[in-house]
Amino acid sequence: MTGAGIWRWLAPLLLGVLVLALWEWAVRALDVPVFVLPAPSAVARALVADYPLLLGSLWLTLKITLQAFVLALITGVGLAVLFAQSRTLSAALYPYAVILQVTPVVAIAPLVIIWVGYERVDLALLILAWIVAFFPILSNATLGLTAVDPNLRDLFRLNGAGRWQTLWRLQMPSALPYILAGAKVSGGLALIGAVVAEFVAGSGTASGLAWRIVESGNRLNIPRLFAALLLLSLLGILIFAALSWLQRRLLARWHESEIGRGA
Amino acid sequence: MLRIAGLDLVWPDGRKALDGVDLTVGAGEFLSIVGPSGCGKSTLLRIVAGLIPPSAGGLDWSDAPTSGGIGFVFQEPTLMPWAKVLDNVRLPLDLARVPRKEGGVRAMQQLERVGLADFSAAYPRELSGGMRMRVALARALVTRPRLLLLDEPFAALDEITRFKLNDDILALWREAGVTALFVTHSVFEAVYLSTRVAVMSARPGRIVADIAIDLQHHRQQSMRTEPAFGALCRRVSDARSAGMAGGMAGGEVAA
Ligand SMILES: Nc1ncnc2c1ncn2[C@@H]1O[C@H](COP(=O)(O)OP(=O)(O)OP(=O)(O)O)[C@@H](O)[C@H]1O
Ligand SMILES: [Mg+2]
Repeated sequence: MTGAGIWRWLAPLLLGVLVLALWEWAVRALDVPVFVLPAPSAVARALVADYPLLLGSLWLTLKITLQAFVLALITGVGLAVLFAQSRTLSAALYPYAVILQVTPVVAIAPLVIIWVGYERVDLALLILAWIVAFFPILSNATLGLTAVDPNLRDLFRLNGAGRWQTLWRLQMPSALPYILAGAKVSGGLALIGAVVAEFVAGSGTASGLAWRIVESGNRLNIPRLFAALLLLSLLGILIFAALSWLQRRLLARWHESEIGRGA
Repeated sequence: MLRIAGLDLVWPDGRKALDGVDLTVGAGEFLSIVGPSGCGKSTLLRIVAGLIPPSAGGLDWSDAPTSGGIGFVFQEPTLMPWAKVLDNVRLPLDLARVPRKEGGVRAMQQLERVGLADFSAAYPRELSGGMRMRVALARALVTRPRLLLLDEPFAALDEITRFKLNDDILALWREAGVTALFVTHSVFEAVYLSTRVAVMSARPGRIVADIAIDLQHHRQQSMRTEPAFGALCRRVSDARSAGMAGGMAGGEVAA
């Protein structure tokens, strides 16, 4: 790693440590009440003390987010493939996909929860997170599957390629960068969807991180609220980092977006 | 091998691209088509390849080529960026479901012929423009086609690479015993490569001259400065100018 490479990691890290130290000092020096702003040390203590509780919540949120994301990936790409096969089908279905996308998830959440039933609220959360995560994959995959080099398409036709050969050997690889870009957006949205849905579901039916935040707020246990918030951010960063890594891995040797990154 | 008779092409917007093209392609010939930009050269090649149906007239094959019987080299290399060089070359064989092992061997042979065997595991973007074009050539030849269609394959290359590839393609043409239909802007390139040169008029395209190139079969770079070569270039060039003038007189302005 070059000096500049280390600095890219070190600079934000140092800034973080500096801000935390300032924060700690300010809270102590100004004697800020803990229910307004807890010091980083208090948050850390809450994290350690409530470790089993928070970890359980983290696990639940993670599970719903991942399930929703995978489901979005499968249904999004699957539907895009169908769209690419038939113009009529795509014309008929696309508006509904858009309606699903533009309707705020908070507005449909109560309905979905009622339909699915409070006793299966996990499923309702999954559905809601999926609705939010699904569209970027669908629209990107649809774009990618149709944005094929027309000359390559002719080459396939000239050599008598069938529909499936064209799909697997030409359209899918062409669409891969688009799908991965969509997945990066969608991974973050799945988490947001899961959190929002849990806020709406409320009242202790699901006990993911979002519920932990609501509950801690109600009890004025602000250090624990911060601890839950911290875990939520970490989860978001983790998802983003994992998807970025995958994107680099899969496109490194051939796609323009990765040129000059030293594959 | 192929007789093109009274071929018209009208685009859906009503503009005419080809207007009564008559052209015979004999087996084993190297036939070049020169003409101004936008006169319908690419369109003509695509019709011959069966990618666009003609509006009128038709193609009369003495024996119609099967799938893989036509090799096509486009104006750009048109390689799959996600596939390694070898996988690009073997694509036509894979599509025809040739067994994997045989396909690999044949693709490798073709890469050797264009001098890129060492780059079989490289990705297209790791190659230079000239190398990419050679990969495209290898891919077009891998099915052992009877007819090779080339659409200004060297237009984007510098002159030295171009001359080198001219000789390469002549060698491949002689070895493979294929019939070549070659589109180019360059009069010199056409005369250097061909056994015959057809000249097209400005849009809508017609064949306005058909000139046999009676130079010795084995072409060499030194021939480019010989008087006979110069005389042929002049004839093709004059025919092209006449074709363009004719087009303009008809109210058309060459693009
Ligand atoms: N898909 C299309 N729809 C409508 N018009 C088209 C289409 N493709 C080409 N044309 C028109 O047909 C004419 C001939 O195009 P073509 O690409 O065959 O020209 P060309 O001789 O190959 O030109 P160049 O030397 O610049 O490659 C042009 O005027 C072009 O605008
Ligand atoms: Mg052209």
